[in-house]
Amino acid sequence: MTTFTSFIIKEFQHVWRDKRSLFILIALPISLMLLFGFALSNEVKNSNIAILAPVYDQEVLELADRLDQSKYFTVNEKLQSDKDIDAYFKQNRGRMVVVFEPDFGDKLNHENQATINLIADATDPNTATTMVGYARSIISAMQNEKLEPTKLPYSIQIENRMLYNPQLLSAYNFVPGVMALILTLLGAMMTSVSIVKEKEYGSMELLLVSPVKPLMVVISKAIPYALLCFIDVIIILIMARFVLKMPLQGNLFLLLGMSILFIFTTLTLGLLISNSVKQQQMAMFISLVGLMMPSLLFSGFMFPIENMPKVLQVISHVVPTRYYFEILKSIMIKGLGFSYIWKQSLILLGMTVFFIAIAVKKFKIRLA
Amino acid sequence: MIGVIVKKEFRQIFRNPDILRMMILMPIIQLIVLPFAADYEIKNINLAIVNQDNSTYSQRLIQKFEAGEYFEVKWLGQDYRSGLDEVEKGEADIIITIPSHFEQDLVRDNKATIHMATDAVNGVKAGLSSLYASQIIASFNQEVREEWLVMPRNSEMVTIQSLSQNWYNPLNDYHLFMVPGILALLVTMVGALISALNIVSEKEKGTIEQINVTPIQKYQFIIGKLLPFWILGLVSITIGFIVSIVVFGLFSAGSYLVIYLYSGIYLLAALGIGLLLSTFVDTQQQATLFAFFIIMNFVLLSGLYTPTESMPIWANKLSWLLPPTHFIKVIRSVFIKGSSFSDLLPDFGLMAVFAMSYIGLAVLNYRKRAG
Repeated sequence: MTTFTSFIIKEFQHVWRDKRSLFILIALPISLMLLFGFALSNEVKNSNIAILAPVYDQEVLELADRLDQSKYFTVNEKLQSDKDIDAYFKQNRGRMVVVFEPDFGDKLNHENQATINLIADATDPNTATTMVGYARSIISAMQNEKLEPTKLPYSIQIENRMLYNPQLLSAYNFVPGVMALILTLLGAMMTSVSIVKEKEYGSMELLLVSPVKPLMVVISKAIPYALLCFIDVIIILIMARFVLKMPLQGNLFLLLGMSILFIFTTLTLGLLISNSVKQQQMAMFISLVGLMMPSLLFSGFMFPIENMPKVLQVISHVVPTRYYFEILKSIMIKGLGFSYIWKQSLILLGMTVFFIAIAVKKFKIRLA
Repeated sequence: MIGVIVKKEFRQIFRNPDILRMMILMPIIQLIVLPFAADYEIKNINLAIVNQDNSTYSQRLIQKFEAGEYFEVKWLGQDYRSGLDEVEKGEADIIITIPSHFEQDLVRDNKATIHMATDAVNGVKAGLSSLYASQIIASFNQEVREEWLVMPRNSEMVTIQSLSQNWYNPLNDYHLFMVPGILALLVTMVGALISALNIVSEKEKGTIEQINVTPIQKYQFIIGKLLPFWILGLVSITIGFIVSIVVFGLFSAGSYLVIYLYSGIYLLAALGIGLLLSTFVDTQQQATLFAFFIIMNFVLLSGLYTPTESMPIWANKLSWLLPPTHFIKVIRSVFIKGSSFSDLLPDFGLMAVFAMSYIGLAVLNYRKRAG
């Protein structure tokens, strides 16, 4: 056992000595948390738009002013003719043009009816839809004010409540995603690359002739990364709570327990990869393409799974990250207990046992 | 001399079929899978409807939701708590509560309320899907109103009719938006990351020392190393164009020549970043980690998924400094809107400045460390 401990100490020294990697391993979760927490959003804010009216009468200016003063839009140009619209979009000067019909003010005052055409640059379809939606609500607010005395009959009011995340912060979705991602990166990629590195250098042979069992050699390599994984989980949780001010609803111990289970899953995956390749670049490619990409794609954290074609939805069921992400979301954000996540936990546990079985089996074959 | 290095690089690249296959397959797989997966179009919204008012109107509203192309009514009941349960299990996205006396209130008091509760863990989806749901309710409201009132033309009521048009992408096709963006990302990976890994592997194996003692000059070595990846970058964008035509049936609205021209300049900046990266690290493991760090930040800050205008000022400034931000913007403008060279003249100038600065920075740093 003492030789095993000295192996573990050796591995810790390896990791500790490489300060630059260590720096990234700590900086990565912090920078991701800051970006997701503060920088990324799909909100439409101060988006540039232009106004196009044959006559800039009082009503046109009033509406332009209302659009400009809302937090969604900034009116940065007044176009002269229809021909300007194309260039306005093509040179990326703005994303929407509000076109008023001729005599807009006259028609509104005398015929009580006027038309506006909202032309959106639909390069980014969702942003376009959202912008048109906001513009419509500003227009109808103006209409309703003009209408005040003759109130609209038969109106259905909509009262909308956003559950769990009233301010629609993207952090709520991303924090569990970042955790899942970092654990996959550290557990699988770093571990497999560091084992394959010994193979590539030829130093693996030296380790295998030592009195420690081959499996133990490999496990001792995984231990420092397991610890780093756990440290990163703690960093992320602390940042989520105190920097992003995100309430952690559920049971903390359940959360940590599930994280440890998932760390086991990724470490075993790392061992599996390192068993089957000989070159660092291959180990890296496989972890990136075979593990990282599916984790990003199919965990449901960046992309909605329900929108994917059926084939991809089926594939998403074999990606372990998906289950961890669901567990995290349920515990952290919705504050649910074990009774809601036992299914996912069982699948994750089953997968881990399965991977361990293959890893051990393959390992014996290779080194016998 | 440069020719010798270029020849050596190509020979090395072609000698290892595994890596070569990866380099060709990775972009193709990504380009095929990513746009399908990265589909933010909100189209399957699951509803839980709590119907406490068993009236004709409430039934009609439910039918209207069922008929809407975005919605599927997953659960119907009378009790909000059980509806919430569906949301907690992840079976439903929105709970719509039609309160008792809904019809009565609407007809007698001219006013009734519908409560919506949206699962907002994913804020983007919540925003858009509740917008769609409100639109359905509003149009139902309009129907009801028209049944009760016969609105005369030129009525007393002031109405501003707002029409809308979606230019360049009238069908709101999300693939059209994502494919050029992902292409840009692939070119960046080849230009900045694979080149960095290549140089670092030479450092790790110690072969860079051997090259250093040959009569080859530093600048010749750098150009010889980078030129193959500049060519590979252009090859990968060509593969990308072929995939987007074959798989997605997407052609560029603008000139391909403009895209190649811009890519040529952009790749210089990307290679500069790769070279810079290689001067900071010693082992491939480190390089991988740094590369991952950089890629993640590029992906998130470049406006690939979320518009850069929505970012706070510091993040917006930061994203402006990253060449991929500009590349993604330009390739989308040309591919989707058909922007011409003259439309994008300022962008070309800016990228040229970027290319020179990054390459300059990298070469300076390279001399200091290895020279």
